[in-house]
Amino acid sequence: MIMAGLGLGLVATVVASLCIGAVKIPLGDVVAALVGDGLAAKLGLPDNAAYDKVFWQLRMPRILLGFLVGGALSVAGVLMQGMFRNPLADPALIGASSGGALGAVFVIVLANRIFPDIPQLSDLRLLPLAAFAGALLVTGIVQRLSNVGGYTAVATLLLVGVAINALANSVIGLATFLSTDAQLRALSFWTLGSLGGADWRVVSLCAPFCLALIVLAPIWGGALNAIALGEAEAGHLGFSVEKVKMILIVLTAAGVGASVAFTGIILFVGLVVPHLMRTMIGPDHRWLIPGAALLGAIVLIGSDTLARTLFAPAEIPIGVITAGFGTPFFLFMLLRQRRRALWG
Amino acid sequence: MLTARSLTFSVAGKTLVDSVNLEVRAGEMVALLGPNGAGKSTLLKMLCGQSRPTSGSVLFENRELGQWPPRELARRRAVLPQSSAVPFEFTALEIVLLGRSPHGDASACGDMARRAMEKTESLHLADRTVTTLSGGEMQRVQLARVLVQIGLDGGAPRCLMLDEPISNLDPAHQHSALQIARELAGDGAAVLVVLHDLNLAAQYATRLVLMKAGRIVTDGTPAEVLTEERIGEVFGVRATVVRNPRCDAPAVFVGL
Repeated sequence: MIMAGLGLGLVATVVASLCIGAVKIPLGDVVAALVGDGLAAKLGLPDNAAYDKVFWQLRMPRILLGFLVGGALSVAGVLMQGMFRNPLADPALIGASSGGALGAVFVIVLANRIFPDIPQLSDLRLLPLAAFAGALLVTGIVQRLSNVGGYTAVATLLLVGVAINALANSVIGLATFLSTDAQLRALSFWTLGSLGGADWRVVSLCAPFCLALIVLAPIWGGALNAIALGEAEAGHLGFSVEKVKMILIVLTAAGVGASVAFTGIILFVGLVVPHLMRTMIGPDHRWLIPGAALLGAIVLIGSDTLARTLFAPAEIPIGVITAGFGTPFFLFMLLRQRRRALWG
Repeated sequence: MLTARSLTFSVAGKTLVDSVNLEVRAGEMVALLGPNGAGKSTLLKMLCGQSRPTSGSVLFENRELGQWPPRELARRRAVLPQSSAVPFEFTALEIVLLGRSPHGDASACGDMARRAMEKTESLHLADRTVTTLSGGEMQRVQLARVLVQIGLDGGAPRCLMLDEPISNLDPAHQHSALQIARELAGDGAAVLVVLHDLNLAAQYATRLVLMKAGRIVTDGTPAEVLTEERIGEVFGVRATVVRNPRCDAPAVFVGL
């Protein structure tokens, strides 16, 4: 039921996002372009070639990127929260996003400074791979450092996350200092994130990594349910917990790394969407993961539509929207959890 | 059914469990007793495969623990943790049904889960979210979960390990939890339970194993193990042992 609702919501959001923008495209033309020329003619829908470029070259890739990134960040949030057994974990909070950013910065700026003889290192196609490696490295370190006797020490987890984020920001700052004007523009969106760089090439580079996370993650939904009982308990239920954790960290690093590489660090989506989803369909990870993927896509495509239309033709960074809505929500959740700790 | 062969566990030059041999047979309920730091929990962790022994081996059904496919082992052997918090708002029934995950038939086991919850007097909690349960309520839900995991009705060889299962329970629920474990043993399961209460152990266990400083001191029926000298020597207390007027078991009174 709720899944069907989310599916419909996603379709509605996509269509609305296709219509709205600096150039307004009438609904009829959007539907015509979506169903294809032949069927559109049969239905008597308008065929206005004037909108084709905006539709296919600007909006469509941007929406697909929003779908991939929103889905990946939200699923990553579910996985991190389930794995760390803490509803406040988030791919940005624990350093996966910064790790991805580090890897990406290396490709964009540092590679041709440090290794000027190997221009291949600055190839755009390396971007998601480098971000993946960076995210994997950092998430792995954080996970290792915060694990005490099979349980995640939450205070350590957050402190390590803060430290890693600070380190990443300093490296990004250094890269900004060293970069040329063109590189600077490529870097500037990292602080708050943007889908502005979307084109078909970016979508095709991003898709395998994000889809791997979104499509494969539900396989380990049952294992995450068991891990909620505790890692040892999940082991007694027949799950190979260490293996599951390793797989989930690799998948998360892939999705978050590729997302960060092309859209910057988009805060709070990975934290808030899993929570909203949990209040809607409960904590069962087998449903939570696909649900969060759909809701995350809706939230990110919606936020991006706002980001590019509120002050059109100027764009505000998408992070302004997600953090603007996400922060109050995060604080509300903290309060609720504290209240429960006091009176529960 | 469960066999420990000269199990030793050392960490940082300290030997916590020292060449322990132990056999828990089908139909037995063995209580592991001993003062704090005697090595009971360390031994239990090795017996359930949670930690690796420094030397020695653990066999379940004559097969080394490491040789068992994890899921197959989980269908026959369940472990009840000392206490555990669940961070998400699962209902109690959902937690109990997690016990079926090694069998992959949770959706068909609603009835079994309810029967197990009825047994552990937690059926009225079925729809409550576990984040709102008290320690004792959660303990009873977890007990229902491990019962469901190895199945309520006999069948294949089964083993249940419980680590201080009654620490959060009131007297009535302490007795009913141990009664359930005893009935399970009566049905042919092997039950191993870590306990602190000597009298409850004497009342429900078929065999007592007394540990001190990483070694087994004695192993036998309650009447054989619980003598005044031995309790004094192992626990460092003065003990008087009489016959429990409620059942045919020794009853222990201690003081300093």
